[in-house]
Amino acid sequence: MKVRYFAWVRERVGKSEEEIDPPAAVATVGELVTWLAQRGEGYAYAFENPKVVRSAIDKKHVHADARIEGASEIAFFPPMTGG
Amino acid sequence: MITTVHLQREPFDAAYEVAAMTRGRSDIGAVVTFTGICRAEENGEPIAALNLEHYPEMAEAEIARHVEAAQARWPLVGVTVIHRYGRITPGDGIVLVVAASSHREAAFAAAEFLMDYLKTRAPFWKQVEKTDGKAGGKFWVEAKSADDTAAERWTSS
Repeated sequence: MKVRYFAWVRERVGKSEEEIDPPAAVATVGELVTWLAQRGEGYAYAFENPKVVRSAIDKKHVHADARIEGASEIAFFPPMTGG
Repeated sequence: MITTVHLQREPFDAAYEVAAMTRGRSDIGAVVTFTGICRAEENGEPIAALNLEHYPEMAEAEIARHVEAAQARWPLVGVTVIHRYGRITPGDGIVLVVAASSHREAAFAAAEFLMDYLKTRAPFWKQVEKTDGKAGGKFWVEAKSADDTAAERWTSS
């Protein structure tokens, strides 16, 4: 699946998107965050406070308990500040 | 209902958008426009510009969902939403919402509803470019809890 990062999450991870293949045990967005945070210093920094980072599956806002099975694009970003 | 949604780098002209919506129509009795403008300061510090990052595909989908929700809630005849991205300097418009109805109550309410949701749900992020321009002269604007409170009132009523 494709993962996209925006704003300071993107800056901390050091890339705007990537293809990932998490193990089958990673079933929810929250578990994916935990898995991503272990991939390196930038990831750990981006997800140091998981409650702050928002997520979306296939362009819809979701909570940490959302299941990632069947998702084609998952995005992580800070609280929005548009408008 | 006529819906116009644009995500664009270029400036917009609110008067042009209102004229485009109302031209040749006699069923519109009220048009409310809201324009969000880039200020010259953030947290009391002078700023050079705002750089707006966005998630294009989701922003379009999210705005479309909220326009539909507004349409289901109020008898609207036209809605225009324009949100800019990229570098925006003080004095320039960032976002435009135009809501048209036969009477003012629906137009006022829908414009406010759409703005409250754009603030908290549309995937845009503002980065401040400070006037000194040195390294570290940029920071991300933090989300305000007052904006969440403003958006929540539409679900509690």
